Amino acid sequence: MMRERFLSGYDSFVLPFMIGMAFILVYCIAGMIKVIMQLNKEDKIKLAKSLFYPANAFKNLRDIFADCIFHVKIWKRNKLLGYMHSSIAFGWLMLIVIGHIETWIYIPQRSGLLYYPVFFRYFMSVESYTLRGSFFFFLMDFFLLMVLSGIFLAIFKRFRSKILGMRRTTKLTLLDYIGLYSLWAIFPLRLISEGFTAGISGGSFLTIPVNWLFANFLSKPENFDYTWWAYSIVLGVFFIVLPFTRYMHIPAEILLIPMKNAGIKVRHPRKGMALAQLYSCSSCGLCIDACPMGTQKKNLKDSTVYLVRQIKRRNETRTREISDKCLMCGKCAAICPVGVAACDLRLAVREEQKCNIHGDYTYLKSVVPDLNKQNDRGEDKVLYYAGCMSSLTPVISRSVVKILDKAGVNYELMDKDGSICCGRPLLLAGKKEEAEALIAKNREIIHNSGATTLLVSCAICYKIFSEEYSLEGIKVIHYTEYFESLAKQGKITLTKGSSRYVYHDPCELGRGCGIYDAPREAISRIGELVPAEKEKKDSICCGGSIGSLTLSYTERGHITQYAVNNLIINTPDKIVTACPLCLKTFSKYSDVKVIDFAEALSQQME
Amino acid sequence: MIDFGFALTPSATLQIDNLDNKLFEQLRNIEPDVAKCMACGSCTASCSAGNYTELNLRKVILSLQRGREQDTLNSLKSCMLCGKCNIVCPRGINTRHLILSICKVYNI
Ligand code: SF4
Ligand code: SF4
Ligand code: SF4
Ligand code: SF4
Repeated sequence: MMRERFLSGYDSFVLPFMIGMAFILVYCIAGMIKVIMQLNKEDKIKLAKSLFYPANAFKNLRDIFADCIFHVKIWKRNKLLGYMHSSIAFGWLMLIVIGHIETWIYIPQRSGLLYYPVFFRYFMSVESYTLRGSFFFFLMDFFLLMVLSGIFLAIFKRFRSKILGMRRTTKLTLLDYIGLYSLWAIFPLRLISEGFTAGISGGSFLTIPVNWLFANFLSKPENFDYTWWAYSIVLGVFFIVLPFTRYMHIPAEILLIPMKNAGIKVRHPRKGMALAQLYSCSSCGLCIDACPMGTQKKNLKDSTVYLVRQIKRRNETRTREISDKCLMCGKCAAICPVGVAACDLRLAVREEQKCNIHGDYTYLKSVVPDLNKQNDRGEDKVLYYAGCMSSLTPVISRSVVKILDKAGVNYELMDKDGSICCGRPLLLAGKKEEAEALIAKNREIIHNSGATTLLVSCAICYKIFSEEYSLEGIKVIHYTEYFESLAKQGKITLTKGSSRYVYHDPCELGRGCGIYDAPREAISRIGELVPAEKEKKDSICCGGSIGSLTLSYTERGHITQYAVNNLIINTPDKIVTACPLCLKTFSKYSDVKVIDFAEALSQQME
Repeated sequence: MIDFGFALTPSATLQIDNLDNKLFEQLRNIEPDVAKCMACGSCTASCSAGNYTELNLRKVILSLQRGREQDTLNSLKSCMLCGKCNIVCPRGINTRHLILSICKVYNI
């Protein structure tokens, strides 16, 4: 049986908590409204659909639980780190939920008060233990223990981050430290406070022993007022500094997840979707370890977490520097547990740079490639676009043609007399309008060719052709997938040799378009495929990426060397790439022979 | 010089005293590598836009050094930023960013 100890149901120690709580609620709601107002009309509709359609709403809820409470992504990386996050988040959530249930069961007239469930043990006294009451006591102590174990790990991690699988962590700001220490203090103080009062309010396996300890060491149990004050104050402090610390990611993510699920994209470096992402960054620092530019110490501060910080601080110069340097390899975005779209943010910064340079591509009007427009036999026709980069690596188009001939494909070369760039480099430089001009011209050529399939051998081209071109009725396919399907259908016969190959995932093809398996399957047909140290989603950019505007030749060289070392860990005979730029870049630095995918296949073709 | 009475190109004699290279110095400040160019022409040979237009990066760099930017600046507008020149440059000049910087400094 339980009884209220105070008629008023109030004590002034709850004030710090209440002030903090009110502040954070107002702040979050205002922030949420701001983010939503900054979305354009189309995105608002998307968001509304994502929130109110039952299927979408269910998905949102599931993702919020998986990401914010159970931290599934972090579990996958590292069990201890996963436990640390989910024990704190889940334990805390359960403490709140059970606190509310208790209040609602035992003293329903108080359930409207925000502070009551939090300080329930202070306001209530237990007269006799019932099974139901003991059950709640047990649950509360159990979840408190869970949170405490997580906090203990967090403290441990601060000093020994390597054990939790991280090489580098972020430098914290002063406010981050205040938030961090108050977060650490909340639950030990809760334990002490509830332990102190356990003699009156009751408790379970955790709080009762604490109570005994105190009773033995401290003569006056009435002193517990101080600990409840302290508990309330750290809660208040935590809530008040929260918006200005990394912990803002906790509430922000709840908004970001439905926005992500709705497919809303970053359109401006500081508004709408970007704002939600900026606040969702937890400064976890995973992106620092991920970034290949980090092979050189001086570039560590150019990783995404610092970009987020500089955008928030409105440091234009640094924001620009960081944005221009990035290789746009997408590795940090793929690894980010909250889904900060690092490349999109940088692209938005690049696009924002106002300068009066305007490309002028009117000269393209007169370019009419000599294509056999008629496709009168009405059969499938493959148009092969080698891409401008491939003119530096002619072996690629030669090998492709060889395979196409062998397979008896009806094909035509789109750019045998020189190519018009696909537009991706311009797009990556933040020049959307200019890119449009090239896209329009290429689209015209493709449509006029009567082709049914567009075959590309460049990963960079493939990305933009499949995403921005909207070629109705024409299938865009990368040569890795195409040749694997030809081999599967038996149109080309590949023989297994004795060479050991390692496959390099080009950024634009792997993380960019999600093609990982087809090239591997094809290579397995011609020899032994050995794994790289980091591959697929974690593969390392070759360093030649056109994504970076400012990286110098020497800096790129370091990255290339690093990427080569990652590939040759299992002593392959040959490195296979599926992008002309990777091929060109690696060839300069690798002692192991680097060959193109099509070349590798054609060598083993009967 | 002997005057043969005809010439293939108009005289390109530079009057060093009249040379106004303020802008070029400005460019060199933000893009120090431009001084490394040895006019090998690899960039021009590989240029995507050069297939269709007058764009000749080697010539652009030379003309900037000589303070005769008006001769070539406009041709830069046809650059597709494809980055091939960047890959082939034997001096490791970041030509792609150089082009962006030229546009900024010379305001085209
Ligand atoms: S951007 Fe993502 S990975 Fe990087 S610190 Fe923020 S949350 Fe972590
Ligand atoms: S996209 Fe790649 S290069 Fe850019 S910050 Fe992320 S990991 Fe680093
Ligand atoms: S980036 Fe411009 S100048 Fe360089 S090769 Fe491409 S089109 Fe030519
Ligand atoms: S390739 Fe490099 S060194 Fe040669 S002319 Fe062009 S910029 Fe100069």
